[in-house]
Amino acid sequence: MIRQTLKMAWNAVLANKMRTFLTMLGIIIGVAALIVLVSIADGATASVSDQISQMGSDYLTIKITDDKENPLRLSEFSKLFEDDAIETAAPMAGTSVTGKSGYTDGTMTLYGTTGAYFQIMDMELLCGRFLKQADVNNNSYVIVITKDTAVEFFGHAAAEGESLSLDGRTFQVVGVLSEDSSQQTGFTIRDSNEDSTQSVTLEGYIPYSTCARMGNNALNIMQFYVSSNDEKSMEQAEAAVEQIMLERFKSDEDAFSIQNQSEIMDTMQEVNHTLSLMIGGIAAISLLVGGIGIMNIMLVSVTERTREIGIRKAIGASRESIMMQFLMEALIVSLAGCLAGILFSGIALWVVGGVAGDSMSVHMDGKVVWISVIFSGIIGIVFGIYPANKAAYKKPIEALRYSG
Amino acid sequence: MIQLRDVSKIYEMGQDTVYALNHANIQIAKGEFVSIIGPSGSGKSTMMNIIGCLDTADSGEYILDGVPMKEYSERELAKIRNKKIGFIFQDFNLLPRLTAEENVELPLIYQGVPVAERTKRVEEALDRVGLSHRKFHKPAELSGGQQQRVSIARALVTTPTLFLADEPTGNLDSKTGEEIMTLFHQLHKAGNTIVLITHDQYIADEAERKIYIKDGLVKEVKI
Repeated sequence: MIRQTLKMAWNAVLANKMRTFLTMLGIIIGVAALIVLVSIADGATASVSDQISQMGSDYLTIKITDDKENPLRLSEFSKLFEDDAIETAAPMAGTSVTGKSGYTDGTMTLYGTTGAYFQIMDMELLCGRFLKQADVNNNSYVIVITKDTAVEFFGHAAAEGESLSLDGRTFQVVGVLSEDSSQQTGFTIRDSNEDSTQSVTLEGYIPYSTCARMGNNALNIMQFYVSSNDEKSMEQAEAAVEQIMLERFKSDEDAFSIQNQSEIMDTMQEVNHTLSLMIGGIAAISLLVGGIGIMNIMLVSVTERTREIGIRKAIGASRESIMMQFLMEALIVSLAGCLAGILFSGIALWVVGGVAGDSMSVHMDGKVVWISVIFSGIIGIVFGIYPANKAAYKKPIEALRYSG
Repeated sequence: MIQLRDVSKIYEMGQDTVYALNHANIQIAKGEFVSIIGPSGSGKSTMMNIIGCLDTADSGEYILDGVPMKEYSERELAKIRNKKIGFIFQDFNLLPRLTAEENVELPLIYQGVPVAERTKRVEEALDRVGLSHRKFHKPAELSGGQQQRVSIARALVTTPTLFLADEPTGNLDSKTGEEIMTLFHQLHKAGNTIVLITHDQYIADEAERKIYIKDGLVKEVKI
């Protein structure tokens, strides 16, 4: 019976191809808009999250705001953060110097830290090595620079072993970082003296002790990073750090602040989620308009086929079967429109993906596809039910007499 | 089998009250061939609609196979139309988009008859009206007489207890009309009950019994 009803509905839909197509167009455009927009928003979310995650979501940033006349010293630092939940900790200080090599000079941002920083930030070396504990202990004049800096000063990236003059002191370049890690710390430390016209950010990492000496701040740690063993133990690590810091600073909560990278990411994702909901909502409105188009054409169809309804009723069609037939027609139109919309959005996303290239990964989200199928089905039923009902409740004699 | 007791159908036309049927009493037994005759506007179509369960009476009682119609719901009425009554209309009322075969099949689909049996019964019905060679044609490709024969096939495919024909020859020339009437006689001989509504005295004369309607009043005419 259902197969027969489906067949009848299918034939009726095919009987008026142009009209059916135009009716479908509303749904096609609605579904395509929904899938394309949400997929693009999702792609943007993914690439933003990716960038945040590249900055490292598995470390904590701790800033000391009030040292209580008893500042945290480098000498006590490594012993302080020995906890099961904590992988490692690295202090961080920043200063700005003038770097000079041969004929090139420029303002350069220096970060003083320890070898652990490399591990926390997931940095990658192009050549050479990162800072070692011995460098920190000996206040060595060694520096690890970013690739851009190496190219700027030495004309080539493999600058290991070159010498660089910083504020008159000669540093030996022991390592060069690959491109990806160059802008990571720009997030936490901003150099006020930075030359805004300079297109390349010159950055280098030197031992914390050396940096402290250059900046005359006598080894006091004002900011440091802590990493957890993995992303799951972030909360444990945060609790452990808080405990240690409270003990160290006489239970004063205002003496320091702990910033969790994953919290920033959560907020970011929430913002993006709201954005895709909003975009999806707008697209859903166009789908709704498509639904009204279906209802409109179904009402016309019911009136046109009044006599057919009368005949069917006279030979024994019940209200239910008439209703099912018309409802099925509305459903076929909306679901076929949905299918065409999915195909169309697949093509559109393929084109967008080609244009966007590597900067954004655009792919059709299975969830949105399902949502659009379900939504189209609901629209078919909701906007089909009134015309179907109208058909089902026609009086047989009046329907038979109708000549339209 | 069919019993109308004091059945009235009233239409309000402005201030006038028009009796389409005025306290009609009719009794038709199983296997009878009855014609209902009357001029247009006499109420014979109303009578057919009530007998055919397409319309309900305003007062009085209509009993089909011993059961008063008032007790049936809309769904059950549809079932009765489907199984017990075979309609044959003046203008055939075939669905234009379906082939002859599909038109005949339709009532069986609504009955939920399985495909294999459906195909067999449709074949038989078309055979009985002599149209099995035209089964893939649409109504527009068939002559009036052929269309009426398809609609007779559609009526008899469900093996109904009652054939209800409303001016079945009205749109046909007299020769094809005679052919159709021959078909009705055959159906009658096979034991079917036939109620034929017409305004044509000659057609009405072919029935065993004639019921005359004028201005909603029913009168039995002996042959």
